[in-house]
Amino acid sequence: MQAPLPPVPPPQTVPPAAIARTIVDARNVTLTYQTADKPVYALSDVSLKINKGDFISLIGPSGCGKTTLMRTIADLEQPTSGEIIVNGMTPEAARLKRAYGYVFQAPALYPWRSVERNVTLPLEIMGMPAAERQQRARDHLEMVGLAGFEKKFPWQLSGGMQQRVSIARALAFEPDLLLMDEPFGALDEITRDHLNLQLTRLWLQTQKTCIFVTHSIAEAVFLSTRIVVMSPRPGKILDVIDCEQHLPRERTLDIRETPEFAHIAQRVREGLMEGHSYDD
Amino acid sequence: MSKTTRSEMAPWPLVMLIAAPLPLGLLDGAAIYWPQAPAVALCYAVSLLCLLLRGLTRTPRTEAALLFLGVASACLSPFLLLADGVDPSSGAGTWMYLFGASLLLWRVLALLAEETGLLRWLGPTLFGLGLLMGWEIITRGFAVPSVLLPPPSSILAAIPTHGGELWDDFCQTVLKSVVRGYLIGCGAGFVVAVLADRLPFLARGLLPLGNLASAIPVVGIAPVMVMWFGFDWQSKAAVIVIMTFFPMLINTLAGLATAEKIQLDLMRSYGAGYGKTLWLLRLPCALPFLFNGLKINSTLALIGAIVAEFFGTPVVGMGFRISTEVARMNLDVVWATITVAAVTGSALYGGLALAERRLTAWHPSFRKR
Ligand SMILES: Nc1ncnc2c1ncn2[C@@H]1O[C@H](COP(=O)(O)OP(=O)(O)OP(=O)(O)O)[C@@H](O)[C@H]1O
Ligand SMILES: [Mg+2]
Repeated sequence: MQAPLPPVPPPQTVPPAAIARTIVDARNVTLTYQTADKPVYALSDVSLKINKGDFISLIGPSGCGKTTLMRTIADLEQPTSGEIIVNGMTPEAARLKRAYGYVFQAPALYPWRSVERNVTLPLEIMGMPAAERQQRARDHLEMVGLAGFEKKFPWQLSGGMQQRVSIARALAFEPDLLLMDEPFGALDEITRDHLNLQLTRLWLQTQKTCIFVTHSIAEAVFLSTRIVVMSPRPGKILDVIDCEQHLPRERTLDIRETPEFAHIAQRVREGLMEGHSYDD
Repeated sequence: MSKTTRSEMAPWPLVMLIAAPLPLGLLDGAAIYWPQAPAVALCYAVSLLCLLLRGLTRTPRTEAALLFLGVASACLSPFLLLADGVDPSSGAGTWMYLFGASLLLWRVLALLAEETGLLRWLGPTLFGLGLLMGWEIITRGFAVPSVLLPPPSSILAAIPTHGGELWDDFCQTVLKSVVRGYLIGCGAGFVVAVLADRLPFLARGLLPLGNLASAIPVVGIAPVMVMWFGFDWQSKAAVIVIMTFFPMLINTLAGLATAEKIQLDLMRSYGAGYGKTLWLLRLPCALPFLFNGLKINSTLALIGAIVAEFFGTPVVGMGFRISTEVARMNLDVVWATITVAAVTGSALYGGLALAERRLTAWHPSFRKR
């Protein structure tokens, strides 16, 4: 049951990109993992349209299939049935065109490469000239608060710092579609706020499309244009909450104190509770 | 101040004192004691004095230096006796003195274990020298026939006198057979492993064959290779190729399988193809395994070449030298050749280990924060 939101003041500006172009179109995606003992139903009949410039958050209980959905969009898993179209292509074609920047749930850094060379790795694969690569790596490392750590090795950094390197690596690549799987899970509140702010600014500036997985309702509301609430396994979409109707596109940390923010957060919470069955 | 950081010395080196009333050896059938050998007695006095004075030293380093002086003068004594024509083999005093000295050397090594920088190598060096000295003293003190085991000094002396032969052998065995066989064997093992990684049927067919091949003894395959490829280095290189190919293949295959799924997914998400994934991810991951294969093979190659030369060779080569000089009872040449082979093998292995340290410093086994 969707609690109707009380009337809120209409958004100040309707984004000019009203002629929204669909960048990801998932239709009836179902995914079953074949494991040794019994099949695991990870996604069940998921349909989702994501427009260019959207910031989508996926939220749902642990093990509900958020990572699986992202991996399917990025062509790292094949759906059992249904189809996904990215930029008018199959996910595979989009991947080969280097449309994805994926921040995994774990940092996945290469221990033999320095921090800077980890960030330049995708740029190297793209064939970017060395000087430009280095400049980009430095800019993005500075953005995540790691200036001066360029020559360190990943195993010399803390877990949260490693995760920030992997964020810088995905950002430096400037992909069409940024997929982030709980990127700020390992960070303290203050760093997390800081990076949230950086991320919305960057997103606004570059007009990129982001898909973001989080367990934090506040983070989801703060960052997203739309929030996708998922049910426990098999993952289904329970609710898609449009935040743009109620919150401006450009956000500062203090919008978290507004009643609109609280309302949306409340709706997300209700959606999550609806999906949860506490009686088993 | 540094006295507090030094551990107390166990009193065992004092067993030297037991030597005082015991005979030093036999001279013309009669036992002689310390007063009859004043030079040796002087050595003994120096050693005891060093033991007494160690309490006055302030740092582990000076204590080590002082005690080393005590060890050195003990090592000198059997040679002084031998020079005077004394047979020390039944001289309980001499051996007790030396036993105490070796315990003293133990203490010196313990003191040097804390050293860093270049002095860090001093301990291992002294340890090696101590072993050589023990070998020298025992072979000469008990007059071991040189056919059984020559003292290191005569092996060392044989190296310059037979320098020409040894160099020719080195060129033939190491520079021709080993280097070429090793490069071909390891290179082929590596290339085939990379191919087999792409074409799984190749791996499935080759791996059982690998187990079979590694069970073939060198002595079985070497005569066949000599028949096929003749007496010169080609047959030795062939033996080495057979011995080194599979260890390299198996290690490379294992190494290529070590990249983690998430690291591979990352490459995939960047749309990196097979070649880039291999070069940027899988080979770096495989490096520790590659070095393992290369190190194993460096010793196998040398053994293979030397053993294969027993089955026919032009009149040069380390294996040839060993087999012919043993027959002529020229054991010092045999030992000199063994020394050259041991030094070469260690140098190869050490060089590879150093390269490994440099290239895989990131690996958990070498990491330092
Ligand atoms: N490779 C796999 N093989 C088999 N089952 C899998 C595999 N990957 C995931 N699953 C299963 O699919 C379900 C969904 O997993 P997924 O990783 O998508 O969850 P998630 O929503 O990302 O959870 P979390 O919030 O804990 O990261 C889980 O129950 C998991 O056990
Ligand atoms: Mg997950």
